[in-house]
Amino acid sequence: MLFKFFMVCNKIGAFTLGGGFAMIPIMEREFVDKYHWLDKQEFVDILLVAQTTPGIFAVDMASHIGYKLKGVRGGIVGAIGIALPSIIAITVIAMFFQNFKDNIWVEKFFKGVRPAVVALIAAPCFRLAQKANLNRYTFWIPIVSCLLIWLLGVSPILIILAAGVGGFLYGRYETRRGTDNQKEDRR
Amino acid sequence: MNIFLKLFITFSKIGIFNFGGGYAMLSLIQNEAVVKNGWLTNAEFADIVAISQSTPGPIGINAATYVGYTSVMNEGYSQGLAVVGAVLASLSVIWLPFILMIAISRYIMSHKDSKAIKDVFRGLRPTIVGLIGAAALLLMTSENFGSPAENPYLFALSIAIFFASFYLTGFRKANPILVMLVCGVLGIIFY
Repeated sequence: MLFKFFMVCNKIGAFTLGGGFAMIPIMEREFVDKYHWLDKQEFVDILLVAQTTPGIFAVDMASHIGYKLKGVRGGIVGAIGIALPSIIAITVIAMFFQNFKDNIWVEKFFKGVRPAVVALIAAPCFRLAQKANLNRYTFWIPIVSCLLIWLLGVSPILIILAAGVGGFLYGRYETRRGTDNQKEDRR
Repeated sequence: MNIFLKLFITFSKIGIFNFGGGYAMLSLIQNEAVVKNGWLTNAEFADIVAISQSTPGPIGINAATYVGYTSVMNEGYSQGLAVVGAVLASLSVIWLPFILMIAISRYIMSHKDSKAIKDVFRGLRPTIVGLIGAAALLLMTSENFGSPAENPYLFALSIAIFFASFYLTGFRKANPILVMLVCGVLGIIFY
């Protein structure tokens, strides 16, 4: 199974185009839908953790999933699996194709891919919304965070940290209210 | 100091201080590799940016591999040692965040049922939709789509590719890798 996991990570590493968020649909398809290594809610959770921690997003995701599957060994397999195709491809390009980026075919290929990559990033927005704990009390949270990041340039990390602290404090508030009620019940 | 040791220290630092994704990492790498250490010229760095973006794989790893290779070559070592530099730089970027991530995973998994962790995630989850939405909006630029003033035909083609890919991957569960490859081929044919 570790080998299969390694190959899936290779595939994801090899097809990550235009930054980490673009591979969310690929990861979701492979890890959640196809192999059921984690469920959708867990996927969203770990996505947020990987976004908050430093390092390369795709590598962080794969490390966690690998760790969940097979401990530290699995984590290493995941991290190396994501990085390996890049290391090989770039080394080969650096050795033999110094003028790779000026190649007209490469340029045209990527002109076609770029709008698709933006679509790939936008698409999970709606699917993940179902697992995102949205209801009439929380629906404003994604809208406000989107506008803060997009229009005011606020770092997504700050948004995630604030939301985490908010969730924690709200939980404490709920508990306190709950225990107060229990005390009153006992009386 | 030995170039390999320097690469290791520099890229370990870049890895652990990178909070902003691939593009933020590029500016960290530029600062370390061009400004501070003078391993590369600015023109070489511009090449690296272009290559990292026009090659699959996480941008941070791509750039680290390329800088590792080029800087060892520029110091006058052989191609074989340059490959060692490429691998070393890439692994240096990964290892510290990796340890941190494993520590966090371990903590989350052993405290999965704790109320505090559950509360934190309950607060986090609604933000994901906003985060992804903002990432997509920030990428809707003329760099990715062209502009109607410059070339209306190509702009229309980009928009068509966007909506078709959005529909296919978002609602039809099409294979994203296949969609990207087809769009690349369309690019070769029509642009």
